[in-house]
Amino acid sequence: MDIDQAIPTFLLEARELLEQMEDGLLQIENGEGDGETVNAIFRAAHTIKGSAGIFGFDEVVGFTHTVENVLDRVRGNELAIDRPLAELLLASGDHIGTLLQRVADKAHGHDPVVNAIGHDLLGQLARFTTASTLPVPVAAAAAPAAAPTASGSDDSAVTGNWHVSLRFSHEVLQHGMDPLSFIRYLGSLGDIEGIVTLQDALPALGELDPETCYLGFELSLKSEASHADIDGAFDFVRDDATIHILPPHSPLRAYADMLTALSPEPASLGEVLVRCGTLEAAELERALAPAPVATTALVPVIADDAPALPTLIDAPPAAGSKPARDSGRAKTLRVDADKLDQLINLVGELVIAGAGANMIAGQLKARRMLEATATMARLIEEVRDSTLNLRMVQIGETFNRFQRVVRDVARDLGKDIRLVINGAETELDKTMVEKIGDPLMHLVRNAMDHGIEAAELRVARGKPAQGTIRLDARHDSGGVLIEVSDDGNGLNRERILKKAVEKGLVSPQQNLADEDVYKLIFAPGFSTAEQLSNISGRGVGMDVVKKNIEALHGSIEIDSIEGQGSTMRIRLPLTLAIIDGFLVGVGDASFVIPLDQVVECIELPAGERQSGQRRDYLNQRGQILPYARLRDALDLPAGKDGRNTDRNLVVVQYGGKRAGLVVDSLHGEIQTVIKPLGRVFSRVQGISGSTILGSGAVALILDVPRLMQQVTDRAAA
Amino acid sequence: MQPRHDNAGAPAHAAEREQYLTFNLSGELFAIGILSIREIIEYAQLTQVPMMPRYIRGVINLRGSVVPVVDLLARFGQGLTEPKRRTCVVIVEVDTEDGIQQLGVLVDAVNEVLEIPATDVEPPPSFGVHIRNEFIRGMGKIGERFVILLDVARTFSVEELAGLASVAASEPETLAA
Repeated sequence: MDIDQAIPTFLLEARELLEQMEDGLLQIENGEGDGETVNAIFRAAHTIKGSAGIFGFDEVVGFTHTVENVLDRVRGNELAIDRPLAELLLASGDHIGTLLQRVADKAHGHDPVVNAIGHDLLGQLARFTTASTLPVPVAAAAAPAAAPTASGSDDSAVTGNWHVSLRFSHEVLQHGMDPLSFIRYLGSLGDIEGIVTLQDALPALGELDPETCYLGFELSLKSEASHADIDGAFDFVRDDATIHILPPHSPLRAYADMLTALSPEPASLGEVLVRCGTLEAAELERALAPAPVATTALVPVIADDAPALPTLIDAPPAAGSKPARDSGRAKTLRVDADKLDQLINLVGELVIAGAGANMIAGQLKARRMLEATATMARLIEEVRDSTLNLRMVQIGETFNRFQRVVRDVARDLGKDIRLVINGAETELDKTMVEKIGDPLMHLVRNAMDHGIEAAELRVARGKPAQGTIRLDARHDSGGVLIEVSDDGNGLNRERILKKAVEKGLVSPQQNLADEDVYKLIFAPGFSTAEQLSNISGRGVGMDVVKKNIEALHGSIEIDSIEGQGSTMRIRLPLTLAIIDGFLVGVGDASFVIPLDQVVECIELPAGERQSGQRRDYLNQRGQILPYARLRDALDLPAGKDGRNTDRNLVVVQYGGKRAGLVVDSLHGEIQTVIKPLGRVFSRVQGISGSTILGSGAVALILDVPRLMQQVTDRAAA
Repeated sequence: MQPRHDNAGAPAHAAEREQYLTFNLSGELFAIGILSIREIIEYAQLTQVPMMPRYIRGVINLRGSVVPVVDLLARFGQGLTEPKRRTCVVIVEVDTEDGIQQLGVLVDAVNEVLEIPATDVEPPPSFGVHIRNEFIRGMGKIGERFVILLDVARTFSVEELAGLASVAASEPETLAA
């Protein structure tokens, strides 16, 4: 049984919970939160503490415990979250994150910096906690309330300790839980003063199954913790164990009931209680003496979730919290990403095999066979779409991270900036979502640092003092469009040009369009910031941003109006795995154009078919349609078969523009499984990957925007 | 025994009983260590990739993977290999930063698998072999003939094939240390 294997899952969940906490705190800070938000924050902290305890990550438990105490008071309306407190809690959340990172890094010993931060935070948090909690008197007050009928005849135990009785199910080890870790966690809530292991259930050695748990425990715990805290220690094992928790000074009757519930021989089990120090022999005698006449009826056995005793002080009533948790988690299933990738690969093979079957049916001219393969093809397409859908996630989660970034960076810069998010529900491939985070971060920071002006300047320019950064996402012609915009300075054309000339990127005589000037900021080492700040401006940014985006087969453009703001427009494909394509032929070679970039196909008028003529544009319904010959654009050898040459024109759209691509033949729609070409071909422009056709041949997939860019560049040269 | 082997160094020791696949290329005999070879397939349909150096002939479909094919003769700067009846594609595996990369190598004909003891491997001559010195791991002696043992990692460096490294193929060789 290796509990270490569960650590990555714990870390993953803990980080998600921290994010939830952070979201909640930011909401409250903006005055949007309600009671449920507070509950959610509390639950997040509580769960992190609980699961950290199971693994024995004491640093995390200790710190989170204090945070939880403060949150508990907030929840109990004893405290209101104001700005300083929210600030403190956010910082505490970060610190928990740091501690988790230490766990992830398997850091041992003490990091003085981390400790200092933790200490400082704890000191600040202490101001918000009252003199710890007061479970003992409250419990004492509550006890009579829970056993009102017990009256005078029933005296209470002398012990000031909690009594915890644990019976683990046989399967608990197989379910990945280690009973010891729960006991260890109890130890973090107080001192275990007595513990007795029950081994009566142990079979003879020959029958003993090492993966079965035969043990039970009775322990006496000296602790200031609340019933809920102690009970919470067993959240993870609730289904696998019978748990009885008796508060200090419980009526003897309660012990008696527990004993009868647990054992056919209450007396012998009672001895165990004596041995672990919970009861004195005399008490046990008195407890068991009045015979079980009506006790069971009088005091219900205090078990599991019984709304018993001191839950008054700490009230995450199971009934209240559970539905909320369910609605938040929805019905999701965590699946190993590798399994998903394997499935997608298989579906990819299926698509190719299906295309092969279809082609053979076509060659055989077997009509019924064709019908069958057509049905198959439709089903395969559906399977493909739903499989790919499994990898799709909403971009909102990534966007939301920026709330915190914007808030913190704005404060550091002394600017008042808000973040507006649109299209958070836009879905794209998980890999893309993961990889787009860093480039976006850079763009947002840049926009805040260089884009948004100081408040006085904004007012002088007639803008609202508060700056706005927008993050928008939406689906657009088969891909995803993400925009990062600000209502600040806008790019300064002159300054960029001056800098570019200084750096020798352009010559002073060159007459560049605005668009081309803006593109210069993506050149390596380019930075226009007059003053370096710690937010941005080290000049390592924009070229890396561009490179990262291009690595995802995406592109970035800039729109800017001086004095009014700029917009960075990122286009990304939906997925990197499978696309619908349109197959065309040039000579012997086949190429796939992504279908969503194909507008229409027309026959190239006979007079236009010779290359080397003066013009390469058409009048298409009154519009100028420039076109390029794919053969020339890709430097393909001239076809041997003159008849078919340059007969067809495919109208493509890319980045809001339209153009024609001249090809020899059109072969129709095709489902393509994208096979990356690998590093050897990493320098090839205009080709985004390859795919395998039904015939087994390899066809190249065109990267239309880059191909056209190349054609444009060549024309300019 | 022991001291005499010290000078030989680890690679030679490992290669002591190494097996090689020998093949013909434009009349010359070459060999590649069998451990780098995955399989040998018939030369068939090949898809050209535009705008690549001449020595990248294109890509093939190897059971669902798209694998680049290198024209070894062109890599040596000696013209393109004309596909003939016995032309084969030898699939070699090269270690790269991103894991193992499969590459197809176009050869005129494959011969046989030979065991060449390390004692029969001589360092390449400083001139006289008309290919870049760094591509050669050594010259193996088979009876009266010599076979050129190729250094797979250098000959098929993915960085260089992609034109990513700016090592100019035409640059004169520095002396091999």
